[in-house]
Amino acid sequence: MHSQDVDVDRQKEGKKLFKSLCASCHKLDKKLIGPALAGVEERRTNEWLKAWIKNNADLRASGDKDAVAIFEEYNGSNMTAFPQLSDKNIDDILYYTTVGNPPKPGATPGLDGGEPSGQGGAPRWLLLVLGAAIIVAFLIIANLLKTVSELKGAPKKPGLIGQAAELWQGIKKNTFLHVLFVIFGLLLGAYFLFGTLFKVGVEEGYQPIQDIAFSHKIHAGDNKIECQYCHSAAKHSKHSGIPSVNVCMNCHMNISEVAEDTKVIMEEGGIVLTKKELDKEIEEVKNAAGYYYNEESEVWEYTGKTKEVKWVRVHNLPDFAYFNHSQHVTVAGVKCQKCHGPVEEMEEVYQYSPLTMGWCIDCHKDTKVDLKGNEYYAKIHKELAKKYNVDQVTIAQLGGKECGKCHY
Amino acid sequence: MASNKKYWQSVEELKESSIVETLQKNEFVEEIPTDEFLGDKETLESSSTSRRDFLKYVGFSTAAASLAACEGPVRKSIPYVVQPDDLIVGVADWYATTMSDGFDFANVLVKTREGRPILVMPNKDAGADVNARVVASVLSLYDHKLRLQEPTKGGSAVSWADADKEIIATLNSLKAANQPVVLLTGTLASPSTEKVISDFTVAYPNVKHVVYDAVSESATLEAFEAMYGKKALPNYDFSKAETIVSFGADFIADWQGGYEKSYISGRKVEEGKMSYHVQVEANMSLTGSNADKRIVAKPSDQVFALINLYNAVSGENLPSKATPIDNQIKGLAKNLKKAGSKGVVVTGINDKNAQLIALAINNCINSQIIDTEAVNLTRQGNDTEISQLVADMKSGKIKGLVTYNVNPVYSLANSSDFTEGLKKLELSVALTTQKDITSTLTQYALPAPHYLESWGDVMTTKGVLGLVQPTIQPIFNTRQLQDVLLKWSGSSLNYYDTLKEYWSTNVLGGKSWNQALHDGFFKTDVFSEEEVFESLVNLSSVATELTKATQSSGYELNLYTSTALGDGKQANNPWLQELPDPLTRASWDNYLTVSMADAKELGFDNPVKDNGAIDGNYADVTVNGVTKTVPVMVQPGQAIGSFGLALGYGRTENLKDEMQVGVNAYPFYFNGNNVQYDVKIEKNESAGWHRFACTQVQKTIAGRHDILQEASLKDVLNKNLDPKHTWNQPAMVSYDHQEVEAKTIDLWDDHNREVGHHFNLSIDLTSCTGCGACVVACHSENNVPVVGKDEVRVGRDMHWLRIDRYYSSKVEDKQAEAKMTMAQFKADNPKIAGKDIERKYTEKVLELSGGDLFDALENPAENPEVTFQPMMCQHCNHAPCETVCPVAATSHGRQGQNQMAYNRCVGTRYCANNCPYRVRRFNWFNYADNNEFDFNMNNEYGKMVLNPDVVVRSRGVMEKCSMCIQMTQATILNAKKEGRAVKANEFETACSQACSTGAMVFGDVNNPEDKVAQLKEDRRAFHVLDYIGTKPNVVYQVKVRNTNEA
Repeated sequence: MHSQDVDVDRQKEGKKLFKSLCASCHKLDKKLIGPALAGVEERRTNEWLKAWIKNNADLRASGDKDAVAIFEEYNGSNMTAFPQLSDKNIDDILYYTTVGNPPKPGATPGLDGGEPSGQGGAPRWLLLVLGAAIIVAFLIIANLLKTVSELKGAPKKPGLIGQAAELWQGIKKNTFLHVLFVIFGLLLGAYFLFGTLFKVGVEEGYQPIQDIAFSHKIHAGDNKIECQYCHSAAKHSKHSGIPSVNVCMNCHMNISEVAEDTKVIMEEGGIVLTKKELDKEIEEVKNAAGYYYNEESEVWEYTGKTKEVKWVRVHNLPDFAYFNHSQHVTVAGVKCQKCHGPVEEMEEVYQYSPLTMGWCIDCHKDTKVDLKGNEYYAKIHKELAKKYNVDQVTIAQLGGKECGKCHY
Repeated sequence: MASNKKYWQSVEELKESSIVETLQKNEFVEEIPTDEFLGDKETLESSSTSRRDFLKYVGFSTAAASLAACEGPVRKSIPYVVQPDDLIVGVADWYATTMSDGFDFANVLVKTREGRPILVMPNKDAGADVNARVVASVLSLYDHKLRLQEPTKGGSAVSWADADKEIIATLNSLKAANQPVVLLTGTLASPSTEKVISDFTVAYPNVKHVVYDAVSESATLEAFEAMYGKKALPNYDFSKAETIVSFGADFIADWQGGYEKSYISGRKVEEGKMSYHVQVEANMSLTGSNADKRIVAKPSDQVFALINLYNAVSGENLPSKATPIDNQIKGLAKNLKKAGSKGVVVTGINDKNAQLIALAINNCINSQIIDTEAVNLTRQGNDTEISQLVADMKSGKIKGLVTYNVNPVYSLANSSDFTEGLKKLELSVALTTQKDITSTLTQYALPAPHYLESWGDVMTTKGVLGLVQPTIQPIFNTRQLQDVLLKWSGSSLNYYDTLKEYWSTNVLGGKSWNQALHDGFFKTDVFSEEEVFESLVNLSSVATELTKATQSSGYELNLYTSTALGDGKQANNPWLQELPDPLTRASWDNYLTVSMADAKELGFDNPVKDNGAIDGNYADVTVNGVTKTVPVMVQPGQAIGSFGLALGYGRTENLKDEMQVGVNAYPFYFNGNNVQYDVKIEKNESAGWHRFACTQVQKTIAGRHDILQEASLKDVLNKNLDPKHTWNQPAMVSYDHQEVEAKTIDLWDDHNREVGHHFNLSIDLTSCTGCGACVVACHSENNVPVVGKDEVRVGRDMHWLRIDRYYSSKVEDKQAEAKMTMAQFKADNPKIAGKDIERKYTEKVLELSGGDLFDALENPAENPEVTFQPMMCQHCNHAPCETVCPVAATSHGRQGQNQMAYNRCVGTRYCANNCPYRVRRFNWFNYADNNEFDFNMNNEYGKMVLNPDVVVRSRGVMEKCSMCIQMTQATILNAKKEGRAVKANEFETACSQACSTGAMVFGDVNNPEDKVAQLKEDRRAFHVLDYIGTKPNVVYQVKVRNTNEA
């Protein structure tokens, strides 16, 4: 179908217009609310189509037989009039319906393997430097010991092995070194023990399997839906809110299948969901909202039989910690990704941040507050900045490190 | 003067009681009996568990528990299918509605979260007056145990449709035979419901509507009708009163719906006006304890004194008898005459003639305080019709009975007659919220919704209407009275449409329904009517009759409603059961209150146990041949020869076991009269000891008897007096050989309080009546657990906010006799300063300490003065608790709050021991999800009332008042989101919000426009125990009494 002489610009322009104006009722290859539009130019004349699109009611009123027939075929449902469209616009749309979709550039890009970077802890280079320093220090001490024993008159053993044995003897004899070793060992042990214990209950990377294989990548990534379009409570409430099913239906009223070559790669066992499975998932959402597909009439019918969707909560805070989304989203203007990570790249959502108290506090200590234009802060911010002698105070300086701010 | 008063908490302190003294020094008199639970040596040795085994078990269970804790639970999150438009998950919605349960009526604001009401607060725009029961009513909504959940017939479930069909058929056959049917309701005070009922009686002309109040005001209604031609109660505007004389009317609490707010509005010291209130009463009531002058008189004396007062005011000479208080009555008459139209007399004696005399006195002084036009409609029960109904039921004359939210089998004195009559009925239907005893005896029991699930309107004062709107989907399969009646009368309309229709035609007068619904109240004059009525009351025959009917020979029983339970409708509400009585400080009980003299004579005692709990004897009380065994509480201020007993207790049917406490006093409530003469009272030796759950002596004040400040109105208004040297002396200490104010000396560095908010709570002891609404509000807002009677008894109550009650007496007399005056003593001991000197003086010169101090006085307990002091965490700027916490779980916030991180607390309880205010509470157990504490936190319904913004504390941590930090944080966040500064007086706490009288004011002292900023610097402001140097953020205002007698 895609011949060499397709005018890509016109095709793109047409697709854009089609998606924004027509796609809620028409598809190219399938009946939706209105008829399928692929090859419509072959069925109707260009003039008739223009008249119909600009104002179909006028066309029907003028007694056009085709217009009345099609109106009746679709049970008298009115098509919106588009008087704002120019002839060029309509031609572009029609061009798109004739040539179809532009070819997809390349295959679906795989996951970037973006390892969630651990927050906190010392940087790697610092650890390496410290390790090297310890080894060097050890060698120096060993060497000194060797020299001391040589000076005391111990026989000098030849060869590398001899030297090492000599070194070992030196170490064995020296109590100070033993104490040093024990202390070092205990500290190291304590460090790792604490590290392990502190990880208990830290669900970083928690990625439960959800009832519905909902892909944030498709929604927030590919289709660039704003986070707060669905999680609309985040700006008003302590909860970000899981969208109710009726919010899904804002779009899925008309979207009942994914594009042909959509794939979702599940983390668990690398299962790949293809169009067939994904369409099933969409059906499940529509069923939850009470819409069931009627095979005979080929339409979605509302039955009123709704059911709840049970999501598994990914981010769980303990009851004794109070967190408020709106404080961070609305007041501070923090991006969702700051704590939730690159959700727009996640096929399945996982807990990106450790959500530990240390993690919260670190951010509160470092983050400077820029609250110009917020009347609430006007006075307090000025006074605090003067008190601490800084331009901008941190959240901690504002009182964001006090126990009672999050624990009540 | 403040310095002359000594405060005491219990009668026991007045005796030479070594226990109380020891309690004041140590918390426990005896050593903690560790042997008891460890067992003796032999048992330990004979045990098969060796030490090794024990350690193995401990090791294994610790390891198992830690392993099990490593995996977190999977939590589901289920969104709405279709989310309601006006709901954002996590954001509270507030609705204005009106509480009306037949006894309590109030305009309220209801806080809902995700469609569940979680908090009830007064609607201050409507001038609401709420008590503890109104605030607690939200928990009764979720009472799955007592609430009727589905229609039943003879105890088994039936569908609404079947019940309707059968009942309508029976109603129609009764109508055809013209057999009388009675619709028995409590006071509805609802104009639209009256319309529905009158339409129903048109459809069924054989139906008669009878109103029944468990706690009756029938006598007042009849008296008012005789005088003014309307069956209603007069209204009183105490805010304008100069002199108030009350004969046993507990008008701050429940008398005729309560007048707490209007009374306190007339006692605002800062506005320079304060009514002079004299209470003549037998029981120590909430009103009496707030009075400027309390005259103790038993009920019969009150009656004669009332007539004597009339005689003194009017100059007439109605027949009466002399009383011991006649001298004081003469003084009262003078006061009343001086106040003229600004004076008022009320009486709580439920006798038509006594009420007529009171009305006559008000007429005589031409009182403007009493309002006979915009009448009070909170009580409409008719005792005559009720006794007629019971008689007719018994004789079989009445064939059908439909009751609505009344429980006559429990609350009628002659309930056996009623029960007998019930069996003879062809149709008996109980439409009820609760599965009470009456509903189990009727043929049908139909579930009615709680007021928070209903539509409706309420008019308690003529011309002022409140709207009732649902704040939650009906939890059970309920249908409200009005819908039932509409259905049965064959109407196709529902009540909501009827209500709207009624309002638009009869009430609104073109105004907006939506606005009225938003406000929750609506004022109109469409109900006022001009009537001329000629009263034919002959006062002299009234007085003759009254004198004849009043017997003054035997013991007298004065029945009353308690602050916690009222008429007993909410007896299954654990918040209310655990609310201590303001006077006796006992919870979970009712008891016979006995004067000290009578207790001595009859041999009653209230010994204090070594754990701080109080026991009591039992008494056999006989009225009209009915005998009941009742525990006894010795009550200072009780009139000799009179006894008090609270109604509303002793319910059992379908109540939780823990809630089945107290004795039902309604069988003594003959003829709806709260005073019963010729009562026989004997000590019941065989019944043993009753175990009270009384918080009175538990929180010892450790001998710090100068915990309060009081002053007279004259001194306070005298601008020439410097309060610092006279009636509001700060604590002084000696520093560098100089006397300086204690607050200027400090061990710690000051917190910097200049930047940001600095919260303070001001509590005006003059405006605080002790009603307890704040205590319940605190429970509700902060998920404070209920611990039950046994735990309260041993002092483990969890109240974050309690209201301490102090009795006080003057020690001036003793001082006058002393060999050395205070001034001399002071000169001799220059190093001792401030209040310390006073204490030393009392101990060394007057040689008084502890209980002796009071024994020396002229029996102060016969009529002590009472002061209430709400006490919660004082949020000390220099907090003793913070210093001693080994894990820094309690720390100081820069906004003034003393913060408590529960997750950090390890339960050492050092902080509680170091707190001079005794306000920290330790979680001895898990109170949630624990069958040992089967209260609201142990079932799915009761948990719906929990505030999702406040954590439910676990076992082993300390908790206390947080100054509602969740509320201050929410206020700040709202301001931030709207990009504005916090408005003046925008900050609130649950207690300050619930306080109808405005005694509690919360706010930011760094905002000069906040009311609390001025109150903190007020002449009356003082800090409790200021000499300790804790610098609290809770400031109290000196209690002022109006001692300006005429």
